[in-house]
Amino acid sequence: MRELSLHILDLAQNSIEAGAHHVQIDINENEDGYFTFAIADDGRGMTEEMVKKVRDPFVTTRITRKVGMGIPFMDMVTAQCGGYFDIKSKPHEGTTVKAAFKADNIDRPPLGDIAGSIAVLLAGAPQIDLVFTYSDAGGKFTFDTREVREVLGQDTDFAHPEIYRWTEEYLRQQLSALHAGQED
Amino acid sequence: MKTLEDLKALREKLKSDIKVRQNSGTKIIIGMGTCGIAAGAREVMKAVLDELAVRHLNDVQVQQTGCIGMCEKEVLVDVMRPGEPRITYGKVKPADVKKIIAEHVVNGRIVEDLVVGKIEQE
Repeated sequence: MRELSLHILDLAQNSIEAGAHHVQIDINENEDGYFTFAIADDGRGMTEEMVKKVRDPFVTTRITRKVGMGIPFMDMVTAQCGGYFDIKSKPHEGTTVKAAFKADNIDRPPLGDIAGSIAVLLAGAPQIDLVFTYSDAGGKFTFDTREVREVLGQDTDFAHPEIYRWTEEYLRQQLSALHAGQED
Repeated sequence: MKTLEDLKALREKLKSDIKVRQNSGTKIIIGMGTCGIAAGAREVMKAVLDELAVRHLNDVQVQQTGCIGMCEKEVLVDVMRPGEPRITYGKVKPADVKKIIAEHVVNGRIVEDLVVGKIEQE
C-alpha cells in the first residue's frame, strides 16, 4: 500500500470486525522524533498468545481469519523505516496498535488521503463512535462523531452520501488549516 | 471553511429525504478487506458515494464487507436490486463507477463486461 492512510483504514477494519463501538485514531507528525499513528478500540481484544502470533501472516490468517495480512504489512514497513509496531490487547477490553516511523526517514510512505480514509471508514461502519486527532507543530485537530451526532441526531447515518461528503470535506479543510498554521 | 455549525443546514436538508431512504431496497456492497483496500477500494467507495450524492440517490444503501476469498478480483462491488439477482462486479476502477450506477443501479441494465458473479436471490 502506497499511503499510510490506507494502512490506517485497513487496521481500523480489524477494530470494526472485532465488534468495536468506540474507535480512536491519533496521528502525530512528530512525537519525540517519530511520526506515529495509533488505533485504539474497545473490541473483543486478543489473548497474549494471539498478540504474539498476529505478526506472522501464515499462522494468523488460519487461526483468526479476521487479522490476516494487514498487521504483517505494517510491521514490515515500520521496521524498514527505523520505527516499530506495537500491539497491546486484552480479551474483552480491546486492542491498541501503534506504528512509529523515524520522522526524518525518507522511506516512510506518505500519509496520503487521510480525510478520505476517515470518511470511508465511517461510511462503511456508520454505527461506531470515532475520535480522530491530528497533531503537528501547528497544534492539534480533533474530530469526534459524538459532536456530529449531537447536531444531526443520534441516528446520524455516516453512509448517507451527503453526510459522507460533508465529513470528507470538513476533515480536508480542517487539516489543511492546521498545516497552514504550522507554516506561519 | 466548513464547520460543525454547517451541520444544522445539512440536517434541515436531509429531513425531507429520510422517508425516501427507507423505501428503496437497492444496495451497493464494496469489499474492504486488506486485499480490497490494497487494490483501490477506498477510491471506489469514494466514487460510489460521490456519484450517489451528485445524482441525489440518497435511497441507495452503501455497505462494506471483508475479504470473501476472491482477492485477485478486487475491487469487488456487489449491486443488489430488490427482486433481482445479486451481481458481483470485479476489478472495478473508480472510472467504472459512473457506468455501474447509471446503467445498473438506476436503469437495471447489468454491465456485463465487468461481471464476475451472479447469485439468484430468494
